[in-house]
Amino acid sequence: MSKEWPLWEIFIRGQHGLSHRHVGSLHAPDAETAIKNARDVYTRRNEGVSIWVVEAAHITATAPGDKGPIFEPSESKIYRHPTFYDIPDEVGHM
Amino acid sequence: MTQKSDPKFEALLRLGDNALILGHRVSEWCGHAPVLEEDIALANTALDLLGQTSLWLEYAGEVEGKGRSADDIAFLRDAWDFRNVLLVELPNGDFGQTIMRQYLFDVFNRLNLEAMKTSTDTRIAEIAEKAAKEAAYHVERSEGTVIGLGDGTEESHRRIQDALNILWPYAQELFITDEVDEEMAKAGVIPDPKSLQDAWNAEVRGALAEATLEVPEAHFGHRGSGKDGRMHTEHLGHILTQMQWLQRAYPGQEW
Repeated sequence: MSKEWPLWEIFIRGQHGLSHRHVGSLHAPDAETAIKNARDVYTRRNEGVSIWVVEAAHITATAPGDKGPIFEPSESKIYRHPTFYDIPDEVGHM
Repeated sequence: MTQKSDPKFEALLRLGDNALILGHRVSEWCGHAPVLEEDIALANTALDLLGQTSLWLEYAGEVEGKGRSADDIAFLRDAWDFRNVLLVELPNGDFGQTIMRQYLFDVFNRLNLEAMKTSTDTRIAEIAEKAAKEAAYHVERSEGTVIGLGDGTEESHRRIQDALNILWPYAQELFITDEVDEEMAKAGVIPDPKSLQDAWNAEVRGALAEATLEVPEAHFGHRGSGKDGRMHTEHLGHILTQMQWLQRAYPGQEW
């Protein structure tokens, strides 16, 4: 067994209504301790109302080398952006 | 103990000095803890305790009525005027000893604060309301770490068992009742420490069993001497030389 504690990725919800955002990572022996460590490391200045922790090894990510086939095809499809609508003034800021 | 002293002032010094001295001890880990996460967590605990200190000692100064601020009381008294229990002034030892001391104190502190939420003294009730939330987290953290170390490796188990053997007799001082406590309890201001002992024992012994640790058999316990100022360990003076040197060297210095 490795002596190093596993790495956990930390997600914090800043306010009710917002989604959790990735804020960083830390080491902990288990999920419960990871939550406590996240509380102590990342919410000291009143940053959060909710914490998620995910063991880094459980995250599946895109490979940087695949970015051509994965991301570039969407670059030329500007019609997917809803920028062609006229928004009535009464709607206000969206 | 000076019999003339207002019992409420004495009682507030006990609360404030326990938090002050333990907070200072825990702050000694800053930059030295075994892992970064624990370093920050210990610093947070120390700061919570320092915050509680300032609320208790500020009120103590008001009750005393001699114009002393929380800073005056913290930095300009000598060892014989301190009213903390011996447990909190003991050296940090290894990480296990620090965490065990923290756990034994945290459970007492939380039970005490929970009971003080309904104090007949509204100022004490307000301070307790705020501090009890901090103490609840401290217990969660120190209890989890005690269980993790006790039920961990052979080395961590041995070290935290050694810590328990050293600290258990000192923890008994938390529950000694004297005339100050009796008077405060009678007035519904602060609970009689003895009234918290059963709950403390049940909770602590449960967690220690889960940590696969053995509570020392001896019925020996340190007599109240820190909390009434009759006698402190040699360690308190050393803490104060560090903690107070700036105010002693540069009286009235502020920043």
